[in-house]
Amino acid sequence: MRQLSRREALVFGTSSAALTVVGWSAGVHADPRQAADAIAKFTDGKTAQKGKIALDLPEIAENGSIVPLSVSVDAPMAADNYVSEVLVVAEKNPAPHVVKFNFTPLSGKAAASTRIRLAESQTVTVVAKTSKGEFFTNQKLVKVTVGGCGG
Amino acid sequence: MAAGPRLKVPTQAKKGDIIEIKTLMPHIMESGQRKDKDGKTIPRKIINKFTCTFNGKPVFTADMEPAIATNPYLQFFAKVEESGTFKFSWTDDDGTVTSAERKIAVTNKG
Repeated sequence: MRQLSRREALVFGTSSAALTVVGWSAGVHADPRQAADAIAKFTDGKTAQKGKIALDLPEIAENGSIVPLSVSVDAPMAADNYVSEVLVVAEKNPAPHVVKFNFTPLSGKAAASTRIRLAESQTVTVVAKTSKGEFFTNQKLVKVTVGGCGG
Repeated sequence: MAAGPRLKVPTQAKKGDIIEIKTLMPHIMESGQRKDKDGKTIPRKIINKFTCTFNGKPVFTADMEPAIATNPYLQFFAKVEESGTFKFSWTDDDGTVTSAERKIAVTNKG
């Protein structure tokens, strides 16, 4: 094998280091059933209605280790009827449960943003629960160019 | 990184306003799924809980899992009816709790 030039060695070194820093270990992939189970547990087996949720995620995420997510539920936030919880699930992540936001009437609106990790291209599902026990859902497919999964 | 949390909270609002709050906590958010160069799993160390209260009443909390990116960022809203203090807390897997607070002056509409 020919020797690497100093420049090549540097490039090689940084790119593999970057992968190590960013990455989840390869080879650990969730069974999509795990995601379905997490959702069923959250809804207590009830079917969530599609709609009422605006889910903002990039169609293509160049870097899976930092993917902006915004979710907003179009529902009242009154003392006796409000959105109490929003669950975010990524079916192909090593652990599908991503985050759960808990709201109160003091939240004013059931909306939040964060930045998530996606191991590979997949569908992200959000499920909202109201204080009256109604469930709403929405999902979006995100194509991930470089997984937050090292590889 | 020893830096503390970064917060963006308005200092003034009108009664009944819905204000936007942004927080960022410097933290590695080690997922517990990565391996070091010897093939040993790097232990999980994340912020697993964020809470925000206003005058002692809960406003918003987030239960976070390893799929939240490094330096967890959260943006959310609060409806303010009176002047008071927002308290924020971030709980690490090791039990460490980092806290911060911000005051807001709320005036009557009109």
